[in-house]
Amino acid sequence: MTPVRIVEGRAIPLGRKNIDTDVIIPAHYLKTISRVGLGRGAFETIRAEPGNLFDEPQFARAPILIAGDNFGCGSSREHAAWAMLDMGITAVIAPSYSDIFSGNAVKNGIVPVVLPQAAVDRLLEVARDHPITVDLESCTVTTPFQDRFAFEMDPFRRECLLGGLDEVGMTMAQGARIDAYERGAAADRPWLSAA
Amino acid sequence: MSTKPRTLYEKIWDAHVVDRRDDGTCLIYIDRHLVHEVTSPQAFEALRLAGRTVRRPDLTLAVPDHNLPTTPRVDAAGARVPIADMESAQQLAALEANAPSFGIRYIGATDAAQGIVHVVGPEQGFSLPGTTIVCGDSHTACHGGIGALAFGIGTSEVEHVLATQTLLLQQSKTMEVRVEGTLGFGVSPKDVILHIIGVIGAAGGTGYVIEYTGNVFREMSVEGRLTVSNMSIEGGARAGLVAADDLTFAYLEGRPMAPKGADWDAAVAWWRSLATDPGAVYDKVVTIDAGDIAPSLTWGTSPEDVVAITGAVPDPMSFADPSKQEAAKKSLAYMGLTPGTRMQDVPVDSIFIGSCTNSRIEDLRAAAAVARGRHVAANVRQALVVPGSGLVKRQAEAEGLDRIFIDAGFEWREPGCSMCLAMNPDKVPPGDRCASTSNRNFVGRQGPGARTHLVSPAMAAAAAVTGHLADVRELVGEAA
Repeated sequence: MTPVRIVEGRAIPLGRKNIDTDVIIPAHYLKTISRVGLGRGAFETIRAEPGNLFDEPQFARAPILIAGDNFGCGSSREHAAWAMLDMGITAVIAPSYSDIFSGNAVKNGIVPVVLPQAAVDRLLEVARDHPITVDLESCTVTTPFQDRFAFEMDPFRRECLLGGLDEVGMTMAQGARIDAYERGAAADRPWLSAA
Repeated sequence: MSTKPRTLYEKIWDAHVVDRRDDGTCLIYIDRHLVHEVTSPQAFEALRLAGRTVRRPDLTLAVPDHNLPTTPRVDAAGARVPIADMESAQQLAALEANAPSFGIRYIGATDAAQGIVHVVGPEQGFSLPGTTIVCGDSHTACHGGIGALAFGIGTSEVEHVLATQTLLLQQSKTMEVRVEGTLGFGVSPKDVILHIIGVIGAAGGTGYVIEYTGNVFREMSVEGRLTVSNMSIEGGARAGLVAADDLTFAYLEGRPMAPKGADWDAAVAWWRSLATDPGAVYDKVVTIDAGDIAPSLTWGTSPEDVVAITGAVPDPMSFADPSKQEAAKKSLAYMGLTPGTRMQDVPVDSIFIGSCTNSRIEDLRAAAAVARGRHVAANVRQALVVPGSGLVKRQAEAEGLDRIFIDAGFEWREPGCSMCLAMNPDKVPPGDRCASTSNRNFVGRQGPGARTHLVSPAMAAAAAVTGHLADVRELVGEAA
């Protein structure tokens, strides 16, 4: 995974609540066996709306997306994160995310920034005409107008993003602990392996 | 271990902690991993590229379900029917090749036990109470109906579990959803969960694991509990739980992969010990009176858009939140509905009875009870019944339910996810309206432009035979 520290540039001021992963990437694109190329199907139903934000030239390849509550709800499809990454999005700003989506985002180097609705509203306004900056080092979002919004992120997730860490490799290094757990569980609950 | 009273969730969590990091993140052991064809190919490919193997293939079970056509899979000569969609065929072939090459058990497309992973898991006794169960599929929450901590994961996590049999997780908060009282006539488990989502909202459970408590769930069948827990994710909760009890044990005993003999007795004793302790505290409690729950359905494009069948399409301006007003306007435009229209006056074009939410034998019995002796209305263009597994299908056929459906003008299909998400050829055409027993009414979910109303199996059958959204209580008398 590519380490991510600062995401800077135009932000698509989508703003809508409950953007589900079927909207981010419809099911008919999920037949791929690859992680790349899904950008072509990203936000397909919104892109079909006349005058939608994705069609505006200033938001082409914008690295940030701003949305409403419960972004990424619904299906667990990581294709949603892959599709956004394929569009060039590496940070999202919203008041809340579905649990599964925010995890998938982090595992793909997309920063899920949580800010209160009032801050999101201000950023939606600024983003129409100006760039914004997400700094994961200082955990702040700033605009060209002295706005400075601090956000919090789980320390482990932040470390994974900043370091571009391979979680599978990290956990495999814990092999001895997993072995020990398995021995204990097999003694306590022998039926677990009986399946 | 602490002696503080603990909830069911906390007990299962504590029993699966391999390592606790200083920042609170825990390495959690995964007892059961279900794999399907859509969210696994990239995970297997990553293992292959890194030269990694599957740590516990014996705890992993692969079943294709999303892409499979629901038309016959073998021809008269017994040969496999090729899948016309090349991408679907490729994805299914990838699982069929990956499973044996990584040593994973595989229940293939033509196997009598094939079905939707969330139907197959409990049916085979692969899913057990007190276990941690994951799958690259958000409806893994389903298995919480038998008292397992079960949740959906992304493909990177699928890879992580395949390689290490663990996941790095933050402990969730706990929410108790208590439903007490007597459910009214015609109110099914689907209506209960739709009503709950209507109350808590689509993001109400975000960050929580829900435990469903109260006499309504104690008295509910195990299949009903699976339906309820299945849709926890529609309320934002990654997992739901119903404590395992005698009904659960009776449901699981003797299943092919369930423990046997002394192992079974020891397992039951441990499972009983997992029930939430008296005095344990949940982070949030929601209490619902069973008498308030009507046969329910959705009107919009979020599962929180729930209304009783006796109700009407709401006026977007009736919502206090301006963003909800805006969302409701968009939803109604997409759904082709006008505020104030009685739900029962809305005609339907398609009927779908199936999905991991409602495709078990009790669901099919409930739908058949309404369809018996009636016929699908002339304005209904397609009415599909898709059993959740080959074993459900066989059971239904032994009970004659297939004849009831076929005689009533329904199509009786092969098992799979089908029209719930339209990855296979079963789609709702653009602009058509579907009464569906599935779990999501999102824009385009059942096909581009498809309009979905989420309903129970009995209500789907009622819509089929009347040609419009209908109150099942008016078709099936209380005394009948």
